[in-house]
This record gives sequence, C-alpha cells and structure tokens, in this order.
Amino acid sequence: MTQVERQAWDVVVIGAGGAGLRAAIEAREQGMRCAVICKSLFGKAHTVMAEGGIAASMGNVNERDNWQVHFRDTMRGGKFLNHWRMAELHAQEAPDRVWELETWGALFDRTPEGKISQRNFGGHEYPRLAHVGDRTGLELIRTLQQKIVSLQQEDKAATGDYESRLKVFQECTVTRIVKDGDRVAGVFGYERESGRFFAIEAPAVVLATGGIGKSFKVTSNSWEYTGDGHALALLAGAPLINMEFVQFHPTGMVWPPSVKGILVTESVRGDGGVLRNSEGKRFMFDYIPDVFKEKYAQSEGEADRWYEDPDHNRRPPELLPRDEVARAINAEVKAGRGSPHGGVFLDVSTRMPAEVIKRRLPSMHHQFKELADVDITAEPMEVGPTCHYVMGGVDVDPDTAAATGVPGLFAAGEVAGGMHGSNRLGGNSLSDLLVFGRRAGLHAARYAQQTATSGTRPVPDETQLDLAAAEALRPFSAEAGEPDESAGPAGPPENPYTLHQELQQSMNDLVGIIRRAGEMEEALHRLASLRVRARRAGVEGHRQFNPGWHLAIDLRNMLLVSECVARAALERTESRGGHTRDDCPEMDRDWRRLNLVCRLSDPSGGLAAPDNGHGQIRLERREMPPIRPDLLNLFEKDELVKYLTDEELTQ
Amino acid sequence: MSAYEAHFRVWRGDQDGGGLKDFHVEVNDGEVVLDIVHRLQATQAPDLAVRWNCKAGKCGSCSAEVNGRPRLLCMTRMSVFDRAETITITPLRAFPVVRDLVTDVSFNYTKAREVPSFVPPEGVGPGEYRMWQEDVGRSQEFRKCIECFLCQDTCHVVRDFEENKEAFAGPRFLMRVAELDMHPLDAAAETGLDRKRTAQEEHGLGYCNITKCCTEVCPEQIKITDNALIPLKERAVDRKYDPLVWLGNKIRRRGQ
Repeated sequence: MTQVERQAWDVVVIGAGGAGLRAAIEAREQGMRCAVICKSLFGKAHTVMAEGGIAASMGNVNERDNWQVHFRDTMRGGKFLNHWRMAELHAQEAPDRVWELETWGALFDRTPEGKISQRNFGGHEYPRLAHVGDRTGLELIRTLQQKIVSLQQEDKAATGDYESRLKVFQECTVTRIVKDGDRVAGVFGYERESGRFFAIEAPAVVLATGGIGKSFKVTSNSWEYTGDGHALALLAGAPLINMEFVQFHPTGMVWPPSVKGILVTESVRGDGGVLRNSEGKRFMFDYIPDVFKEKYAQSEGEADRWYEDPDHNRRPPELLPRDEVARAINAEVKAGRGSPHGGVFLDVSTRMPAEVIKRRLPSMHHQFKELADVDITAEPMEVGPTCHYVMGGVDVDPDTAAATGVPGLFAAGEVAGGMHGSNRLGGNSLSDLLVFGRRAGLHAARYAQQTATSGTRPVPDETQLDLAAAEALRPFSAEAGEPDESAGPAGPPENPYTLHQELQQSMNDLVGIIRRAGEMEEALHRLASLRVRARRAGVEGHRQFNPGWHLAIDLRNMLLVSECVARAALERTESRGGHTRDDCPEMDRDWRRLNLVCRLSDPSGGLAAPDNGHGQIRLERREMPPIRPDLLNLFEKDELVKYLTDEELTQ
Repeated sequence: MSAYEAHFRVWRGDQDGGGLKDFHVEVNDGEVVLDIVHRLQATQAPDLAVRWNCKAGKCGSCSAEVNGRPRLLCMTRMSVFDRAETITITPLRAFPVVRDLVTDVSFNYTKAREVPSFVPPEGVGPGEYRMWQEDVGRSQEFRKCIECFLCQDTCHVVRDFEENKEAFAGPRFLMRVAELDMHPLDAAAETGLDRKRTAQEEHGLGYCNITKCCTEVCPEQIKITDNALIPLKERAVDRKYDPLVWLGNKIRRRGQ
C-alpha cells in the first residue's frame, strides 16, 4: 500500500472556523482525543470575515426579544423552507453560546448597563446582534482559538504534551473520507507545505468546511471556499439538500475590479446607512414584497424615526432580508439607474457624524480608504450583489448534526443544510456555527465513545487509501503526459487556473442571482465539458507548497457542488429566497414542502461518469416533515396563508 | 489610468537557498500587489507559493516584504509605486523560509501557548458578566490584531538576533499579556499569577527598547508600543528594574 503517515484519533474535525473549533472544544471536553485539520494557518479561517455580529435573543437592548421572536424571524427570512427543528434549537441555544464566549475571554461592545450590546440587522425584529465594532468574526475566531490553546495548556500540565488530546493540523487538505463498510473510518489528505500524504483513523468525522463561493466569479469568499465538505460528503455517500439556494449579499464592493465582491457589512444599513440610485432616490421603498408589507416603513420619515423609536414606527426597507435587497439592487442597475461602476450608492456620510462612522464601522472605513480611495465619512460607497453564502449543504439530523446514511459523519455550520431554509438572515451564521458546532462535537464524541466501549472501532479500507493517493497524484502524471486510462479522451494538459476561471464565469453568468431554464441547461453543458478537461488538469513543479496542484485537486470539489447548484436550480420551478427564476417569478406554496436532495450518481463514490451529459449528480424530491403545531402557533394565521398550502393549514 | 507592464523581482527558493527572479507582468487599475502575484501564478509561475485568504486585510495571511518593508500583499496598492519602479517581493525575514514567499511561522504559535490564558472570575456565571465600554476598550484595541506577524518580523530583537527567540515573545504576544492584564474581569491575580511580572521574567519584555517599529508596520494601526508595551513596562517597574523605564522616569522628572 501507499506509504503514508498514519495516526489514530477519536474525533477528526475538518475545518477550523467557528463551527470546527467549537466542535473540537466540545469533543475534547467530552473526554475524546480530537484532531482538527484546516487548509490555512490556525486562526485564519473565513469566519474572520464575518463583520456584523452574532444573532442571539439576549434581550439586552430590547427586553421584548426572546427565542420565539428569533425563531419567527429566522423562518420568515428563510421563507419557511427552514428545517423548523434546527431553527428552534438555534434560537433557543444562541444566547448560551454567546455568554459562554465571555467566560473564555471574549470582549463584546457593551450597553450602558455593562451588558453585551446588540445591534439591528436585516430581518431581525429587535436589536439582536452581539458585536465588536464591525470585526465580530475576528473576535469569535480568536476567542475559540484561545480557548483551544487554554485546553492545550491544561493537557500540557496533565500529560507533558500540549497536543496529547487536542491537535490542530494546519495547512492540510483532506481529499477523501475513508470508510469501513458503511461507517466512517477516517480521512485521507496531504500537508500543503510538504505535499506528504497522511491518513488519520477515526470513528467520527465532523465536516466544518464552510461554503462554495469560489465557484462564482464575484464572491466575498476566500480561496478556501471550494465546497470541500460538500464534496467529501457526497463522495462518502451522504446526500446534500437545498443546493439551489445561494445567497448573494446585496452589498459587495464593485470598484476597483480587483476588489469586486469584497463584503460591505450589513451593519452599515443596520446603523442607518441608506441605498440610493443614480437619481438620488431611496429605491428600497419600491421593493417591499407583499409578505413583508406590514412590517416595513412606507415613507422615509417613518423609516428614519424607527432608529430612535422602534416601538411606534416600522423598520426601513433597507433592512429587508438579503435576498430582497440584492434583487432590488440588481433591478435598479438593470433599469439604468446604477452608479458609474455598475452598482448603487450606499451612504452613511449624510446619516451620521464622521466620528461615529469611524467608531462603529472602523474596518469599512479602513477598507474603502485603502482599497478604493473612498472616504465613507464624506462620500457614498458603490455596492452591488456578491456571492456570499450557500444555504444548501449536508442533510443532517437537527439534534445530533449526524449526516444522513453515513454513520460517524457529522456536519455543522455553512456546510450543513436546512437551518436557513431558502435564505439566511445576517447574524444567524455565527450563531449557527456555535450552536451546531457544539452539537456536532458532542454527538461525534458520544458516537466515538460508543465504538470504543463496544469494541467496534472501524478500520479504514486500505484499497480506498491507495485510490485516494492515486487520485491526488493524477495532476502530476497529466503534466508528464503518462497514459492514464481513466483520464478520458486524449488531449493536452489543462491549466487548472484557466479551468477555474471558466467555471467561475459560467456559474456567475448562468446560475447567478437571476436564473433562467435555458441558461442553467447551458451551464450543465459547460460543466460537463469542464469535467472532462479537469481530468487532464496538469501541474508543474513538485509537491512542496504547490498552489497549482492544490487548485487542480480542489477543482473536483467545485465541479461537483456547481453541478448540484445548477441541477437543483433548474428543477425548482419557483422563486424563493436565494433562488430567483426569471421564468418562474412567483413563490409556490406547493414547492415549500419539498427539499431537493442531491446524491452522487455512482454510489460507489467513483467519479468515472462515462456519460457526461448525464453528470455525476442524481436529484430526488423529498417531502419536509410538517412544522410542529406549537411552533406554527407562534405565527398569525394571516401570515401562514402566504407560505403554507390550504391542506397544511387545515391539518 | 490604463494597464501597464511592471517589473517585479520575486524571491523563489526553499530552505536550501534561492534567489530573486525577474518577471514582467500586466498591472490594471486599482490592483494590489497580491493581484499581481496571482497573475504570475495564473500565467507564468503556477507553482509560486504564497499564503493568502481574505484579500481584504482581515485575516493576516499574506504577509511578506515589499521593497524590504513588511506589509500585507493584499493591502499594498500598486498605485503607491512609480510605474517604472522595480518591485521586489521577499518572504518575511525573521522566519525560516518554507518555499518562495511562504515562511515557517511556528515561532508565533509556540509563543502563543506560553502566555497563560484568560482566567474567568469565580462565582460569575455565563450571562452575568458586567463590563463598561471604557474599560473593555483598552483590551479591544489589542484584540483587533489579525496575527499577520508583521510586528514579530520587523522587531529587531528577533530580526537581527535569532538567539533572542528563545527568551522573547515578541510584540504580538507581549501585547497579548497586556490585553489580559487590562481585561476588566481577568482573575489571574486571584490564582497567584502576576501577569506584569511574567511579562518581564518569562516573556522578555526587557529586551524591548521601544523603537516603535512594531507600531509602524501594524496594518490595524494598533499602538502596540504606546498602549501595550510601555504601560506594561511601567507596571513592571516597581517589581523589576528596567533601565529604559528608569531612564524615562529620570528624564520626565528632570522636566518638572
């Protein structure tokens, strides 16, 4: 068999963002030995990019807030496609997860009473987001990182070794989950620095790899977001759900071109920023959809009064859920009322004093000054939609975060599906990471404990390890021009960077914010041809820190998840949340009850896919479980009729 | 503004050695140095190694030296250079090279583990923490740190004297000590841990002679020297003799 370094741990967590670190802390505190594997350096995860805050109904600023209100807002934001049990657990447990961070050293901004301050955000009825200026994600990741270090210090005191019970394998990529029969038995991967392969045997694996944004051209996501966990789950035999729902954040930078897509935090609007078109009009008043008519201000006067007197005025429409705002901006630009660089104007400069802007939005001030020569205290920003988040992900059990059908596999955070339905509210991501990261860590630890107690620890299949090594090495043989019967028709080696750019352009143009059947069919065609070419992706040089090789390997994952997005989006003939069809513009109550489930066509986990027109993904429709009556009773009937079918309402 | 061709010199090699390689590469409106490195990867040097993540100055991954100055590649705009200028990119000098622009920064992770963690106050449960903005503000400034390690790279205590690495935590982790020391609810003292004393005795605070190089390179504009290191020195002074603080006090008294 291939010579690879072998280790054995109880729980392996893939990903060291908020969900991964929270899972690792929990698994270690449950007494399990836990390994964390991450592509970047420890502490650099994409979670640092989260700016606005963590949603948790602590009621520090408005005491009327509670978990029921948070649950309602989350379901509305997701247009009732959310798995209600996940939304319930999330709303109930978020405050405890935030308070716990303080006991690990986090320093949130404070209210005058010395409690954690909470800010307004799109779709949240009350000020709910715990924050630290506009760098909340950094505070979260640093706090979890420092908690891990503190546990390692305890372990050092107890065993003489910092890494005896909790170890971070940084700058490593996992390319395959290996199994023992149906069960998870460990992971296979490589060290980015040296290119050396390794295998970790473990009965429980937690996926916490984040999202898929790097399949799109204009995105707020970093290079890491190549859909690794989504693809690993598919390849291991676990299904994905809701992959058609991709969130385009309404406000990304649009100029200069090199920063296009970088996020402009929703806090800008939460704190009073307004959107204007080239005619100077606050256009969002024209885009309040019927389902939200009663909740949002109809005039600028009322909207402005809301900041001071939220009990007697309705919220400004700039704070509609993200899908609504992104579509509105798209429509304004299309109608010829955009800004010079193809966005719209987001203005705080006329809304609050320069000093307040610098205090409340320091990184935005810095980002625009440094990257665009724009002083946001003196002039408006230009912004437009950017691919930000995928609502779809691994189909999991709401209580345990266990993936469907693969014992020992768990998923939490952005890589898990269901929690956010068709659209995520701002601030619900960081809380999701903590709530379900903890649950995944807890249940992975219990599961691992069980296999130990019962003497049924799985053993990785050696053949799978050999195949994984061969798969990872293929880009080098493509370069050398060696014959490879599985590589499809002959052709010259392909540049992985070129393939990646073509993939991003196709997804952006054809399966982007506004979708049409013909374009998505075209996207599936292009994906098929990219898939053939990607098998010939070749690289130069050797295995030591070789970004071309890393990208060639990541392409497999991006192509898989892109196909899931395109196929599911073509199938769902309605518009809802992060899925907008020009050719099916209405929301359809019958579709609300349905999840689209993506599985690998070849259940063996192979990727040969001889029939490229057919693709690698098989779709099926699955009915959602009915919403529990006590949760339904939290809503007025008038509101429910907009989402639920008559049949569901009479049950 | 229009596209032009720039002359770059990029260090390529590994622990066994290497050298500067010349590249001529296209530059467009509004681009940053990291964009150019990416263009080199995509068109001329697919195996050119560089760390990066957020490309927005928030993660602190793409640290390197541009024309000899420690900087984030993603926050260094091409417009700050003259078009005719040759731009030289080299890896962080204070850390061992892994490959090309990637260095082994494990020194920093080792030092991070040597600083005792936050000690939660006894008898104060989750949700019961009460702190005031003016009190948390001081530590919050230090928590803006994105761990790019530019301060660690530029500090001449380690930049020029490899042998000091053993005893010296560097500005980033001395600042971490200051952050915990100023945390309104840290209960280290109750457990017998004197953070000020450890700064001096265990983390090498005495090596710092407040040249403020760390503050100058900080992309987050944290006043590391003024707000973290000097207060730590002043707090340490009644516990331990530090010639610089002694001198500082002398000078200040003379002016009175």
